[in-house]
Amino acid sequence: MYSKDGEDYFIVDAHIALWDARPENQRNVHGKQFIDCFYDYHRNLSPESEVWTYEEYLYYGGERLMHDLFEVGYVDHAIFQPAALREFYHRGFGQTEEAWALTQANPDRLTYNHCWDPRFGETGLAQLEEDAKRFGLKGVKLYTAEWHGDSRGYKLDDPWSYKYLEKAQELGIRNIHVHKGPTIRPLDRDAFDVADVDTVATDFPDLNFVVEHCGLPRLEDFCWIATQEPNVHAGLAVAMPFIHTRPRYFAQIIGELIYWIGEDRIQFSSDYGLWTPRWLIESFVDFQIPEDMTEYAPITTDQKRKILGLNAAKMYDIEVPRNLRLPDAGEPATGPRQPERADLAGV
Amino acid sequence: MTLTVTRAVPGLDEQAVRRALDVVMDPELDEPITDLGFVRSVDVHENGVQVHLRLPTSFCSPNFAYLMASDAKDALTALPGVERVVVELDDHHDSDIINRGLAADAGYKGTFGPEAASDLEDLRMTFRRKAHTAAMERVLTDLLRARPGLEESRLGAVTLADLPTGPATSALLRRRAALGLPEAPSSVVMVDEHGVGYAPEEVPLRLRRARSTRISIDGNAHFCRALLRTRYPGSEEDQTYRAEGAEPGDPTFIPLTSLTVKENA
Repeated sequence: MYSKDGEDYFIVDAHIALWDARPENQRNVHGKQFIDCFYDYHRNLSPESEVWTYEEYLYYGGERLMHDLFEVGYVDHAIFQPAALREFYHRGFGQTEEAWALTQANPDRLTYNHCWDPRFGETGLAQLEEDAKRFGLKGVKLYTAEWHGDSRGYKLDDPWSYKYLEKAQELGIRNIHVHKGPTIRPLDRDAFDVADVDTVATDFPDLNFVVEHCGLPRLEDFCWIATQEPNVHAGLAVAMPFIHTRPRYFAQIIGELIYWIGEDRIQFSSDYGLWTPRWLIESFVDFQIPEDMTEYAPITTDQKRKILGLNAAKMYDIEVPRNLRLPDAGEPATGPRQPERADLAGV
Repeated sequence: MTLTVTRAVPGLDEQAVRRALDVVMDPELDEPITDLGFVRSVDVHENGVQVHLRLPTSFCSPNFAYLMASDAKDALTALPGVERVVVELDDHHDSDIINRGLAADAGYKGTFGPEAASDLEDLRMTFRRKAHTAAMERVLTDLLRARPGLEESRLGAVTLADLPTGPATSALLRRRAALGLPEAPSSVVMVDEHGVGYAPEEVPLRLRRARSTRISIDGNAHFCRALLRTRYPGSEEDQTYRAEGAEPGDPTFIPLTSLTVKENA
């Protein structure tokens, strides 16, 4: 819970990780390159006071996670979204056992989502059934640029991907978090392209597709498909920290998202440990669309409440104190949300 | 060791090489690699030139990385009198693969083998279209600012002749040429990649969508530039200055307050 100026905010951090990128876990140079890339993101976008040392960043452990999120970070509930990266790390990047043990010890505060890779075929499908039972899965995190043998990525509308989505539906796994990365097979394509999300969102209307970092670096393509598909949502991983270094760019991202998909389908996350939630939440509650950006309506306190927690709480059936609940906006399920602003009429 | 700098190719020095590389664009960011600071070093020697490239992360998309590196090699090979060109991409997860491919002039398929299906022309075209869309949005929004009273729905009738001369218009003309769109003064500005315009009632939403493309490209560009500076301290000296999203006067964030664009305003 975060409170400021007499307003309370229920906080769900919808994308967190517990990783181990220490040298002894790195399988090859790509393990180092990957965490170095994350660390540069962290150093580049964090306020100076929030920058960790490289050693801390390689592995922070469950105790620190609990402290950063729940003791000082205002978070009421957080959702693990692990990336396996088995080709880069001996024991994988996301630490399944440690995250699951934490979740079992703190069931009111943590939800564990797992991951699958459709290139494991039938074996993976059987594993998914076991995982769903063991973890009580409500959601999964899919990293489409995961390397696997001589393939370095897949599309959500590949035939085997469909089998996994069908299995998920059968197992009651409703929330599919999609994280696009730089590689895909074949390499001829734009790996960040979100057109495959469009296809599966149409074919699986009962599943929710949360596109992490709201499609960045393809924000425009994401907005265009999400405005047409009522079950496509925006995750704010990676987008949030722009609030500090590039507040005007952040305003444009939020403004575009609220315009194209509305206030009910945007989920806050710190992407912990890429960044820590405390400063992001404080900054977001203080944030306002700059006055000169008249193409966007000012963001309201209730919109902030939904983004910071209520939207993800609804998706995951997380109990929200009665006095903090809000109704959905009275908006159509598809199409731009502020049509009066389409022609800059608010100017 | 004796250090000798031989300039067997008349007039070829580091500056000439960098100017030759100005034509190499980052397709996603729609900016020359020389402005972005991606050219790490230039070494001119007898009969040839060696260039090292660097990118903001090890995990920049390998297809774009390959495009930039192979375009760089092509641009340098085309220089008169240059016989030997070495282009190497540093610190990327596919550096070995790409550098081997470039050295052997193996082409895209030869470089990536079974991971490559046909070629990268569709990819290149996708980003040419986006670059055109963004350039189009910039001139039209500039026009709205410059002409209070111009109704947004009438932007669909604006022609190239209506645009002021300046860098934004020149940029649009270059993007049109890349798509093979007409450059005659009477040509309509607001068109799709096939040169087809929009009905007045469609214009506001199309402009809005074009704006999201422009925001996306600008946002990626300033993040990539900043990541390069984090990864390679000092690289800012090789970057052409651009405002990056923090500054109120940032020209990539066009303030629209001064516009009068309401219907019947």
